[in-house]
Amino acid sequence: MAQYILRRLLIAIPSLLGISVILFTVLALAPGDPFEELATNPAIPPDVRAALRASLGIDDPVHIRYFRWLTAMLQGNWGFSFVSRVDVDQLILQRLPATLLVIGTSQILALAIALPVGVFAATRPYSVFDQVANTLAFIGFSLPTFFTGLLMILLFSVTLGWLPFVYRTDIDATGWRWWWEHLRQTIMPVLVLGLFQGASWTRFVRSAVLDVIRLDHVTTARSKGLPESRVTMRHVVRNALIPVVTLVALQMPAVFGGAIVTEQIFRIPGIGSLLISAILANDTPVIMAVTFVFACLVIFFNLLADVLYGWLDPRISYS
Amino acid sequence: MAGSTLASPTAEIAAVRRAPVTPGREAWRRFRKHRMAVASAVVLSLMILAVLFGHFFWTLAIDDIDFSARLQHPSWAHPFGTDDLGQDILARVLYGGRISLAVGFAAMAVAVLVGVTVGSIAGMSRGFVDTALMWLTDLFLSLPQLPLLLLIIYLFRDALTKVVGVEMGVFILIVAVIGGFRWMPVARLVRAQFFSLREKEFVEAARALGASRTRIVMQHILPNSLGPVIVAGTIDVAAAIIAESTLSFLGLGFPPDTPTWGRLLFDAKDNLDFAPHWAIFPGLMIFLTVLTINFVGDGLRDALDPRRVV
Repeated sequence: MAQYILRRLLIAIPSLLGISVILFTVLALAPGDPFEELATNPAIPPDVRAALRASLGIDDPVHIRYFRWLTAMLQGNWGFSFVSRVDVDQLILQRLPATLLVIGTSQILALAIALPVGVFAATRPYSVFDQVANTLAFIGFSLPTFFTGLLMILLFSVTLGWLPFVYRTDIDATGWRWWWEHLRQTIMPVLVLGLFQGASWTRFVRSAVLDVIRLDHVTTARSKGLPESRVTMRHVVRNALIPVVTLVALQMPAVFGGAIVTEQIFRIPGIGSLLISAILANDTPVIMAVTFVFACLVIFFNLLADVLYGWLDPRISYS
Repeated sequence: MAGSTLASPTAEIAAVRRAPVTPGREAWRRFRKHRMAVASAVVLSLMILAVLFGHFFWTLAIDDIDFSARLQHPSWAHPFGTDDLGQDILARVLYGGRISLAVGFAAMAVAVLVGVTVGSIAGMSRGFVDTALMWLTDLFLSLPQLPLLLLIIYLFRDALTKVVGVEMGVFILIVAVIGGFRWMPVARLVRAQFFSLREKEFVEAARALGASRTRIVMQHILPNSLGPVIVAGTIDVAAAIIAESTLSFLGLGFPPDTPTWGRLLFDAKDNLDFAPHWAIFPGLMIFLTVLTINFVGDGLRDALDPRRVV
């Protein structure tokens, strides 16, 4: 098992390198020069400017700049935010927990909806339940997250006044009250993300279960006299989960995209809203670092899916 | 497969053979059976017609500022209400729809073009080229798309607007970037189709008759692998519309005076408590468009590609 995970990790490294090359290429191809301001400043003579450029290595060939940037990133030297005057890695570490909390909870909610509904619908194909679930799923993933977010604010905050619509980190309460306030402000973002993902996963689960449910080994299990619930849980669902895991891993970039939007709507202080404010403030080091962190998270979840895959599918050998 | 549960309600194992049926008519017969898809096709066509020709009938200007009619709720004079400058929201929604649909279809075209090219090259070549192209496809699949989209637009917007103007520059950029991040599923589908088709007898026969490689691909393999591509392309239109609206909603898409659907929502979100109509109508338009396109895609899948379900 350990060896299998290690091998998967080694496979992930070229992907990370590829992403870093793409990121750096985008930055290198982008027009605009960090020295544009100095060039128009009459107080700085041209030879000083040239010396500055040389000392910072801006005129070096692209591949040399890339390796210099990569080693700096690897050493944890991620630069310095132009706007908030803090190290970028510190800034990201501050913001990361909120993002992971919201994404994690919403994914659990999505699975808690998609698994039972998808399995139940697939065991009764084309029944009323199946058709209603299918239509709701279509509606669910056709509603963009920014619209559901606004609708929920309209319903729960403006009309009913039940939930706060601005996420606060400085709740001046302790004990149970603190937990309660936190729970209340997390409900809407988690619902928005969770329902959206749950809707599309319901369809994945349903079709995967449909593929498995009439296979010979399931008929055998049933003819042995096993109760239906055991047949479904042990013989169908576990096999159906294998393709579902792959599809869920492929959806990860979309999940993070949805998280950026939700963080922006509910003003959650996560890395998604950090990215947006950095873009609006032209804060290049932060933009680069946050994009790279998102890439790492996607790769990490793909890795997790691979490990799960190995656990679900005994045909995959660990050696 | 051993079982008899059909992947979709209209996928019949053995269709009753009447007179010889053309593939097109067969597909239409299957499509008609998907009632939601047919209804969606009707609604979608109506919406496209309204967006394309609506401004001939609803002649209020999109930037007609009228401070005496600020933030009005829907009425006969303004069926969708007005915004904080008294501009008519119906006119702005119709205008925004043209942009959203144009972005959706153009981005789909880019995605399908790139996807079919990459997929066919990978599907026709064995060994190194195929492996490299599939590695690239997998790499693109694991890129965090929205952050990169934002990054690229942030970096290149100013330079491009200098060359071709603000609206056109943003349009080209958004279409290229959204299309450039959505070709991977198409490439994979095409490659898989090529793998199975290139071993078929009719391709063998064409090769035996001395057809060139290009002719085999263009005349025999590609037309036969287009079914799943059409389905994926339909879904891509919806995805591209959502992507464009998301960018505009984040305030990073089209310039503020261009009322796309996402931009309308972005402007409306701070006035939710006293002008909910401002957000609801553009949002409903995005939702209806995406929903109907998804249903049409589902119907097309039943019609053209009955084996696949997801």
